[in-house]
Amino acid sequence: MAQAERPLSPHMSIYRPQMTATLSIIHRMTGVGLAVGTLFITVWLLSAAWSPDAFHWVQGFYSSIIGNLVLLGFSLCLFYHLCNGVRHLLWDIGWNLEIRSVYRSGWIMLFFAAVLTTFAWILALDFADVMAGGGS
Amino acid sequence: MSLRSPIGRVRGLGSAKEGTGHFWAQRITAVALIPLTFMFVVIIFNFIGADHARAVALMGNPLVAVVMLMFIIASFYHSQLGLQVVIEDYIQHEGLKTASVLAVSLGTFALGIASVFAVLKLSFGG
Repeated sequence: MAQAERPLSPHMSIYRPQMTATLSIIHRMTGVGLAVGTLFITVWLLSAAWSPDAFHWVQGFYSSIIGNLVLLGFSLCLFYHLCNGVRHLLWDIGWNLEIRSVYRSGWIMLFFAAVLTTFAWILALDFADVMAGGGS
Repeated sequence: MSLRSPIGRVRGLGSAKEGTGHFWAQRITAVALIPLTFMFVVIIFNFIGADHARAVALMGNPLVAVVMLMFIIASFYHSQLGLQVVIEDYIQHEGLKTASVLAVSLGTFALGIASVFAVLKLSFGG
């Protein structure tokens, strides 16, 4: 029998990506990203506990281009995971389980994640400006 | 020998023998992390461009230190729970799966303790 020739379902390679599955896997990826990000939090805190020199160096890293990119990635993961996490908690208590509301809450979540990330960076750059003595 | 029937022993606990413990812990930490994340971000803003003396002064504020400790404990615990699920889902080999869960659990625990220690040391004067 040519059992191996039969098409298997689900056939992931021919699936059109759907919002539900895409948002779900991004939730997981951002979660792993945040777990990796805890390393950066630990290094930052330990450097401050270690010595002023170590802290100065780590603070310098975070204000560099690469450091800023790390923080940008971390903040994107953080606010996505936070907003989609709220969506998950609402599902857990039985809200928004109809397919239409799943899509609607998906778009609302993306909107809030984008707004929060943007707002956080506007504030962060403002703080950086004040600390550099440039005023706000 | 126990007089309890096999069904009585597993009911409510499932094959992993811990019932909804993992699921529930992940939800508790998730709910805790909603306000804690916002507070953490606001605290981090204040550390932007700070030198060591300012960092020590900021962490010396009990409110800052306590929020940092709560955020660290909740987020590292939540990370460990989440990473465990990811490992259990994607690693097929039983031995490698157990070893990975063990390594990740011990790793997050060590990093969490180190972070807590750092916050306490700074809070008590650097």
